[in-house]
This record gives sequence, structure tokens and C-alpha cells, in this order.
Amino acid sequence: MPSRAVVRNAAFCLAHVPDLVRYGSKPRRELAAHAEEAERVSRGLRSEAAAIRYPPSQVFIGNLSPADLADLPRPWFQGGADALAADGNARGPFGEIAGEAVFYGLLQQADSREPPLFEVSQAGARALREELATHPLYGAGGTRPLQVQADRESAWDPDALALRWGDVDVGRFHGDRSSEGRDDPNLAAPFLLENLCAKASGGLALDWLLHDSQLEPEAVDYVISCGEEAVGDRYQRGGGGMAKAIGEFSGCARASGMDVKNFCAGPASALVSACALVQAGLYERVVVVAGGSVAKLGMKFQGCLERDMPILEDCLASLAILVTADDGESPFVHLEPGAVGSAPIGASASDEALYRDLLVAPLERLGLTIPDIDRFAPELHNPEIMELSGSGDVARKNFRSIAAMAVRAGQIEREEMQAFVERISMPGFAPTQGHVPSGVVYLGHALRALRAGEVQRIMIVSKASLFLGRITELYDGVSFVLEANPGAASGSKGDSAC
Amino acid sequence: MLKGMKAIVFGERDDIAGLAIRACLEAAGAEIVYETTSCFV
Repeated sequence: MPSRAVVRNAAFCLAHVPDLVRYGSKPRRELAAHAEEAERVSRGLRSEAAAIRYPPSQVFIGNLSPADLADLPRPWFQGGADALAADGNARGPFGEIAGEAVFYGLLQQADSREPPLFEVSQAGARALREELATHPLYGAGGTRPLQVQADRESAWDPDALALRWGDVDVGRFHGDRSSEGRDDPNLAAPFLLENLCAKASGGLALDWLLHDSQLEPEAVDYVISCGEEAVGDRYQRGGGGMAKAIGEFSGCARASGMDVKNFCAGPASALVSACALVQAGLYERVVVVAGGSVAKLGMKFQGCLERDMPILEDCLASLAILVTADDGESPFVHLEPGAVGSAPIGASASDEALYRDLLVAPLERLGLTIPDIDRFAPELHNPEIMELSGSGDVARKNFRSIAAMAVRAGQIEREEMQAFVERISMPGFAPTQGHVPSGVVYLGHALRALRAGEVQRIMIVSKASLFLGRITELYDGVSFVLEANPGAASGSKGDSAC
Repeated sequence: MLKGMKAIVFGERDDIAGLAIRACLEAAGAEIVYETTSCFV
């Protein structure tokens, strides 16, 4: 008999990669036109310690809660977490803030090409080995020790990207150097760097998920990747393959996989798909994984520099989520007919229509109203970054829209709206990494609150800008309700052993 | 209200979509000569 699907665990990681900021789409284009800006960009980069101490980063990996963040004075980048220095830890209950040297080690591990895409210098290999030595997963005493090798340096390639770690010349990153790939722009160094970084950062999150779930990699049946990269050559750009590449990286030898694409709503779509696969009985353990986006590094660097702020978009964010058959303890996702919110193709583009489809309709199918939901997780972008682009506090706007929809649907009185906004609000804490902030980023905190009995139901609400692809003017949206497992209160166990 | 006027529409993904602004302005009689929706995330 098929079992209800539960969300067993979730991992969230950051890789602090200041020396890759220059290869983000915006900085790369600006620096190509204004090379003199490079020095300003370098001066605007944060140290690893500052990135770790940054309060939104600490919320991301679970050392602080969103409520803790709300209590901290802004600007957060100006030592907002000093009062919480004890929590300024690179390791948290959800994952890790990996330093750049550790990440380069993972990047070499992720590189399966010969000759390698990432050619590590002698000096680079020495520095990376030193940094990796004490890592809890990848060091000598860790569960998955990594060996960093220096590569034989090939002839000077003007199209290769220099990879640095502060003052250390770590190596060069090449595009495809084969005769068939050399003139393919899809296989040029910047795109392959994006793709390999997505694989390595996704692997980091998956490794922590497996470690913290005490799950052997071979126990994973299926992997679904949902990042925003586009892997492939000139004949099939965007073809996919990231799920299995990340699964391969983390040793999930028994698993198969596929990529799900839906812009920012990719993780929500992937999680619903994973739950459906488990509930249908096709697989017992499915992992949803997403790597970080190099393209979005430094996207608003000019705004930071103009305001004398550090460049805050200097981290690759990644996530991994474990969905299993019912264990009688973990929160479950409602998959009844109509319970997953969506944005129909023929629907209006107005906010009201979108929120009616994402909130009111699916909740009605479950016999619920908006006030019956204890917490909502819409797009939770860090406002300190978003305000630089003139977009304001996106998270706050989303909570106001949810409350407004409750008023429009006659579920709360207009006079109650402000109090309702205050009840459901939390500050945004996710870096602007597209698919990562879109609701699912709250999952670590959600699982904790549901398991602790603090709340009964949490709704994840994701939106996607399909129009950015220039083939349609449509939006998309995906929402679902996560509920505490009734077995947790009764003490009964489900039918899955993990 | 806007009959005979031309309009340029800048919408935003996390605020009001260009399509929604277009619909309002067209209903008021404006001619939309350019419309886009940006996304900053």
C-alpha cells in the first residue's frame, strides 16, 4: 500500500566565493567594459569571517531563527551579529558556510574531464589541502576525505579564467578544449564554470543532508535537481543531467534522477514531484537538490559600492531535501486532489488572481482558510540586498499580499489586516540566488517548528518569472501545505525505515 | 481618462506585473508603446 510522503530532513549551505564574484553575469559584463572598476570590486569584497558572521547567513544554516534576525538592528552587515558572536559559526544544524578554499577543493572533485576543466596549480593544491585538512566531512578524519591534486599546467590559454583565493593563484578554469567543443559558446569557460559550481555546491548540500540524516548514499533511490543552470552543448543547451551529476558526486550509486526546471519555483515543483513519486510508491527515498548560481554573484554590486557597503552577493547557495515514505514523525505534504496551488495558463497576471490560485483555492480544497495556516513561507529574499535594486522588502510585500488576499476572500476583517501581517511576517534571509529564496528556503526552520509542536501547518508559496525566457509572458506559481505528522503526537511509527 | 495618450510600462516581478499595468492603462484608453517586466532576483 503506498505511503504518505514526508519531508524527513533538509540541508542548506553557502559557499563564500568572493573571488568568483567577478565571474557573475553583471560584474563580468561591467568589468569587460570598465576594467578600472576591478580594484573597487576587490576592495568591496567581504572576508570569510564577515560572511560567516552575517546574521542572514546564520539564519540560512539554522544557527539563528528568522525571529532572532527580526530582533537585530539593521544594517546587518555592520556587525549586526556581534551580540550573537557565539553563534557566528560556519557549521549550523542545516548545513555549512564553506570557505572558498574548501569550495575549490569540491570543484576539483566535481571535475570529471581529462584534461581537467579546473587546472589546480602547485601553490593552489598546497593551500587547498591545508584548508581541507580540518574539515568535518572532507578532512582526513572526516566521513568523506578529499584528495586535492596539483595538475600539470598546460599552455597559456587566453580564454581560461583565473581562479584565486585571496593572494593565492589557485589555478585556471578552462572551457571545453576538444576540437568539437572549442568553438561552442555553450562550452566556454564562463558557462562551464557556472555548471560545475552548481554541481559542486549542490554536492556540498547533499553531503551534509546524507551526513545529518545518517543515510548511506546508496540508500537514495532518486535525485531531482531544480537549479537554474543550463547544462548542454550547442545542440541541447538546457538538456539537464545535473541531478545525476550531483548524485554521482555524493556517491548515490543506486539512484537515478532527472532535472526539473521552473525558474524560481523549481524547488517547490521538484519537492511536490518528489512527494508524488514517493506517495505513488515508485520510490522510497527521493532527494531534491539544487546548486548555486554563479551568474547571480554580484548582481547588485554597483549598488553596494555606491553605498559604501560590502558586496553581499558573494555566496553560492545550495539546498538538499530528503523525502521518504511516512516515518510517523516527519511533517507531510498535502497531496490531495487540488491541494497543490498552481497558476493556470489562462489565469490573469494580476496579483489577486495569482494569490487566489496559490492560497485560497488549494486551502478550500483542504477545508482550510488562510488564517488556519500558522506560517507562510513566500519568497524570502534578504531585504538588505533587494532594497539596492529599488525592489524594496520583497518578503514584507509578500506577507502584505497574503494578508490582503485573506481580506479579499472575506477570511479576516480589513481592520485585522495589520495585526495579521505582523503575525505571519518574518524577515527575508536568503541570498538572491533565484531558485533558493523561493519559499522552500524556510524548510529547515519549518521542519524544526512542526516537529517541536510549535505550529501545525506551514504553507510554502513560490513564484516563477517564466517571461524571462522570452518565449511567453506567463508567470508560474506553486504552493503546498506542510503539516505536522499526526503519528508524532500519538507516538505511532509509519512504514518506512531509514 | 487616458485616451489619446501613449504609455511606457515598467512592471516588476515582485510588485505589479507589466501585464497588469497594461490592462489598467488600456482600460483607461492609453496606447501602450512599450511594456516590460523585470526581475531582480
